Amino acid sequence: MTKAPVLILGARSDIGQAIARAFAAEGYPIQLAARNAETLEPVKADIELRQNVSVSLHEFDALATETHEGFVTALPDLPDIAVSVVGYMGEQAENERDLDAAARVIRSNFEGPASILAALANAFEERGGGTLVGVSSVAGDRGRATNYVYGSAKAGFTAFLSGLRNRLAKTGVHVVTVLPGFVATQMTADMDLPAKLTAAPDEVGAATLKAVKKGQNVIYVRRIWWLIMLIIRNIPEAIFKKLSI
Amino acid sequence: MKLSGWGRYPVHDARVETPRDEADVRALVTGKRQAIARGNGRAYGDSAINLSATIDMRGLNRMLGFDAKTGQLTVEAGVILGDIIAAFLPRGWFPMVTPGTKFVSVGGAIAADVHGKNHHKDGSFRNSVDWVEVMGADGTVTRCSPRDNTALFDHTLGGMGLTGVILRAALRLRPVETAWIRQITRPAASLKDAMDIFEDAKDATYSVAWIDCLATGRNLGRSLVTLGEHASLEDLSTANRKAPFATPKTRTRSVPLDFPTFALNKFSLRAFNAAYYKAGLRQQGTRLVDWDSYFYPLDAILDWNRIYGARGFAQFQCVLPLEASEAGLSELLDTIASAGSGSFLAVLKRFGAQQSAFSFPMEGYTLALDFPISAKTHALLEDLDAITLAHGGRFYLAKDSRMSADTLAHSDARVPAFQSQRTENDWTRFSSVQSQRLAL
Repeated sequence: MTKAPVLILGARSDIGQAIARAFAAEGYPIQLAARNAETLEPVKADIELRQNVSVSLHEFDALATETHEGFVTALPDLPDIAVSVVGYMGEQAENERDLDAAARVIRSNFEGPASILAALANAFEERGGGTLVGVSSVAGDRGRATNYVYGSAKAGFTAFLSGLRNRLAKTGVHVVTVLPGFVATQMTADMDLPAKLTAAPDEVGAATLKAVKKGQNVIYVRRIWWLIMLIIRNIPEAIFKKLSI
Repeated sequence: MKLSGWGRYPVHDARVETPRDEADVRALVTGKRQAIARGNGRAYGDSAINLSATIDMRGLNRMLGFDAKTGQLTVEAGVILGDIIAAFLPRGWFPMVTPGTKFVSVGGAIAADVHGKNHHKDGSFRNSVDWVEVMGADGTVTRCSPRDNTALFDHTLGGMGLTGVILRAALRLRPVETAWIRQITRPAASLKDAMDIFEDAKDATYSVAWIDCLATGRNLGRSLVTLGEHASLEDLSTANRKAPFATPKTRTRSVPLDFPTFALNKFSLRAFNAAYYKAGLRQQGTRLVDWDSYFYPLDAILDWNRIYGARGFAQFQCVLPLEASEAGLSELLDTIASAGSGSFLAVLKRFGAQQSAFSFPMEGYTLALDFPISAKTHALLEDLDAITLAHGGRFYLAKDSRMSADTLAHSDARVPAFQSQRTENDWTRFSSVQSQRLAL
C-alpha cells in the first residue's frame, strides 16, 4: 500500500531535512517545500537513494502569505502529514535596533507558519483527517532579554498551534507542537551549546515521527527541557526580571 | 577543540571547521592556513588532525546518484560506509571492499586506500573507485580516475588527504543475493599452518586470521583462519530465503568507562587470547553468519577504544613481502609474546598484488595489533619497526601515531616521489600532524 505524502515546509533547514528522513525511512513519500526549491535537488536525490521513496520539490515562500491557499491547492497530492519547520532566529541586538529586522523575525516565526498551517488545516478539516506539526521553540515559553523577539513570535506560534488543536480535535485532524530545545544545526553552529541540552537534528526527526504516530500533543525533544522550562516559567516576575538567563 | 584519532592518542588542540557544501570547503582551502580533511575519525593516530584547520567533512554526506545497471553509486565524501550498506544491501548491493569498521567515511576510505578481507582477490578500495573529485589549494575541483588525471588519482588513493580535499566519488558496489556470509573457520596450530591455509585459500573471496599474539614456543602464531563467501539464496534456510536481506539486528553495547590500566596485563590478555582460541576451535567448520557480525564484529561494541584506558592505544600494522613473511612474522610474534603486552585481537591477512603510488598494501602478509599507550609500548613498537624494516616491510599510515620520519623513509622507497609530487602540484597546503611528523 502506498502511503500519502508528508509535506515539509521549510525544507532547507537541518531539522526539516532530518524530519523528512525520519518519515522517508518509514516509507512515506516526501514533499519538500522551500524558496528556490530547485536548489534542494541534492537533498531530494539523497533521500530517494537512502530511503527508496519518491521525493518532490515545491516552491514555497513562507512570507508570501497571499500565495498560501494557492500553494495548497496546487500540491499534486494533499499530504497526510504536514510539518512546518519554518523559522528564522535573527540577531537579538539587531532586532532591538532595526524594527524591520524584528518584523521579519516575527513574520517568519509566527505569521508565515501560522498562515500556511491555517490553509492546510482547512483542507485537512474538509477531508476529515490528517496531522499538522508545528516546530516551535522553548524560547516561546517565556520571554527573555537575550531573544525575546524570536521568543515572542514562537510564543504566538505555540498558542496558535494549541488553539488549532483545540478547534480541530473533533474533526479527526491532529495537531502536534514540537519544542526542540537546543539543536546542533547550521543556525546554531556558532553558539557554544551545552551537550546534554543539545539534540542532533535526527533526534528531532525521530521525536517528531514518534509524536505523530502516537498522537502526542506537545513534545519537548529532550525531556530535560520540560523541567527546565517548568522552572523558568514559574520564577516570579519580580525575580525573573533581574536574572540574566 | 581537543581532537584525536580512534586510538585516542595523541590528543591535539585543533581548529575544527565544519563546511556544509563545496563553497564552504573552497573558502577554507583557499585561505592561507594549512589544512587537512577529516572524515569520521576512524584513522587511529594523527592522520586527520591539522592544528590550524581540520576540515570535518561529515556535513557533506549526500548520496548523489545510483545506476542500478552498473552498481555505480555517487556520493559525497562524508557518507559513511554503513549508510551505504543500510540503503543498498536491502536492494542487493554491498561495498566491493570494506575495512573492519562500517563507520569509516568514503573520503577516509579513499585517502587511506583501505583494504578488506578480500584484498588478495579484489585488491584495495581503489579497485572499487571509478572516479574521485578532489579540490586543490586554489579551490578548483579536478575529477580523476584510472584514465583521466591519473597522477592525481594514483596519489589520492592512499595519499592520506595530502593531495587535496576529496569531495565526491563514484564507487562500484557488488551485487549480492543475500545479506549472509558462508563462513569456514580453520584452526591453525602454528604460524606455518596459518600461512599454508592462506596459500591454499587464494580462491576464497574473504580470508583473515585472528592470531594469538601471546602464544609462545610450539604454539607461536596459532590462529583461527576464517574464509568467507557471500551466501547465495540456495545456502539459506527456507525461512530466511523469503527475506534474504533481513538479518537479526546486531545488539550494540557500549563501553561505559575507560578501563583502568591494571585491567590489561599479560595475564588477562593471555587468558583472553587462549580462551578465544579454544572458543574458535569449537566453531570450526562451515556456518552462516550475518554481514554485520562477519565484517564488523567490533562495531557491535561502540567505543571499544575505551578498553585500552584513558591514555589511549597505538595500533601497529605492517606488511611484509611474501618471501620474507614467515621469518619476519615469527620474529615479530616472538618479540611481542616475550614483551607480554599483546592485544585482544591481532589480525593476520594475506595481501594480493597492489597497484598505486602510495597505498599501504603489497603482496605478502600483514599483521595488525594494538597496544595500550605506555613507555614500554613505545619501546616495543620501536623494536617492531626495526624488525619490519629488516624484512623489507612497510607501515599502514592510517594506523600510525608515532613512527619517525626516518623509519618511514627507510620503509618505503616511494616517499621521495610522493614528496616531489606534493611540491610540483601545489599539494603542500594540505598537511596533517602525521604528515608533518613524517616529513611528507
